[in-house]
Amino acid sequence: MEKRSPGFYLLTAFFALFILFLYGPTLTIGILSFQGPEGGLTFPMRGVSTYWFHDLFREQAVGDIWGAFARSLILGLMVMVTTVVVSVMGGLAFRKRFHGSGALFYLIIASLVIPSILVSLGVGLIFSQAGWKIHWATSGFGAQLTWTLPFGLLIMFAVFNRFDKSFEEAARDQGASNWQTFRHVVLPIIAPSLIGVALFGFTLSYDEFARTLLTAGSYNTLPLEIFGMTTNVTTPVIYALGTLTTAFSFLIIAVFMVSVIVVNRRRARHGSDAGKGI
Amino acid sequence: MTETMATATPEPQASAARKRGWLGSRHVVGWLEALPLTIVLLTFLVLPIVTIVIVSFWRATEFSIIPAFSTENYEFLFGSSVAWRVFGATFRYAFISWLFCLTIGFTVAYYLAFHIRSQTTQIALFLLCTIPFWTSNIIRMISWIPFLGRNGIANQTLIDLGLIDQPLEWLLYSDFSVILAFVHLYTLFMVVPIFNTMMRIDKSLIEAARDNGASGFQTLVHVIIPLTKPGIMIGTIFVVTLVMGDFITVRFMSGSQRANVGRLISNDIGLLQYPSAAATAVVLLCTVLITIAILLRFVDIRKEL
Repeated sequence: MEKRSPGFYLLTAFFALFILFLYGPTLTIGILSFQGPEGGLTFPMRGVSTYWFHDLFREQAVGDIWGAFARSLILGLMVMVTTVVVSVMGGLAFRKRFHGSGALFYLIIASLVIPSILVSLGVGLIFSQAGWKIHWATSGFGAQLTWTLPFGLLIMFAVFNRFDKSFEEAARDQGASNWQTFRHVVLPIIAPSLIGVALFGFTLSYDEFARTLLTAGSYNTLPLEIFGMTTNVTTPVIYALGTLTTAFSFLIIAVFMVSVIVVNRRRARHGSDAGKGI
Repeated sequence: MTETMATATPEPQASAARKRGWLGSRHVVGWLEALPLTIVLLTFLVLPIVTIVIVSFWRATEFSIIPAFSTENYEFLFGSSVAWRVFGATFRYAFISWLFCLTIGFTVAYYLAFHIRSQTTQIALFLLCTIPFWTSNIIRMISWIPFLGRNGIANQTLIDLGLIDQPLEWLLYSDFSVILAFVHLYTLFMVVPIFNTMMRIDKSLIEAARDNGASGFQTLVHVIIPLTKPGIMIGTIFVVTLVMGDFITVRFMSGSQRANVGRLISNDIGLLQYPSAAATAVVLLCTVLITIAILLRFVDIRKEL
């Protein structure tokens, strides 16, 4: 193995600083959320306690954060399932290079680059002009899909561009129907990527702010509730909430990543016996 | 592939196509499979944009908005020196944030792609860079307060080191904190596409450069950077559009003391001046789309997936 250049150590230091830059602030509020009851929004710590976490459970202190959490959770799951299903169908469609697929592709890219506030404003205007009530599960749900679907589809495009078609041909040659080919051949191969799409679908919805702002209606999602708190809450309770929801996000990310590993391991164990001389 | 199959077995294919009729056409099946996607994008993207364009020509009173065909919203916008300044500030935020995101993002991606030898370490470090993307932006902005505030960690450290006597006032609620937050939030949009392109560079090209006597720096400038251009372009599109369309980072990190176009729109919305908000939104959209059209001349996205 060749010797490391001095540039390597310089870059390693740069990378370490970047990671500190990424995670440092989050760690700081993690520590400050254990502030004593007398403590403020900055250091020094005045004792160590879980006072502010308990505060989250006192109704009058923070408003309806648990209701907001429940709504964000349900909405996240709705968006996740829809994103996975629609992205897989879209991915399959684009493999066929149908007429008009080029235009649809640019629409997907547009969905990614159009400023969120336009989607928020436009959906809000449509609902108010049509006389419908805006609600997180209808207008909010649709507005969030315009952000999660492009990510899901881009992942599916990348997956299908690297997909070996001979697996499907083999299945068809053996008499499998289209559905059987999809269910027993294509789906198991793309399964780990679908977990990735689901992770994007859930977390992007759970954290979405701009697109939900004008489309959520009278019941706030968690990010909206947290943003509301920044204007009137001046105690470390907001750090406690931030720490809890970040911990929840980390938990979700860990669950998805572990599932990818498990799926891959199972595949390695139960995979093909081709070439093993069985 | 299909053509060789067709010549080898013309009979079954032809009869199958006849049996399935128009339902078997790949165009029809393709559209059926893309139908849910199309419906979502038409309802929640195209229709809203069309509505905004229409409403931007309406009139507003204090209490309601009135259908009309009036260009007064645009005339007011283009005639306002505040609006021009705010558009200028938006471009400035986008440019400075882009510069930092690109420099930091490129360096990080370069380190991961060319200096980490074990693939497992590579994946682990890459994930470490991307995890914050899946957490809340609002919380990540709030996290800067204890660091940058008047009595925050940064000021305390600088005073303890004897570098300053008075706390610096411009750390929080300033252009500095706004740009810091943009770089903090969006650098990974640069890291991911650049890393992705770098991983696809044939390593033998780099060896060839070295065998021909290129220094590490020459290899970087003449081989790696040109081959990484598509990734840089995709990252640029992300960062520029996210910063130009932003309204919440500027509002929160400047303590409502700075403005960009997004805030102009959200202020109008707060005052229920929807036609005026819509007109500003249309101009913002055109600005963003023109910027992207220019950037897209340098890269074919469909090839990069």
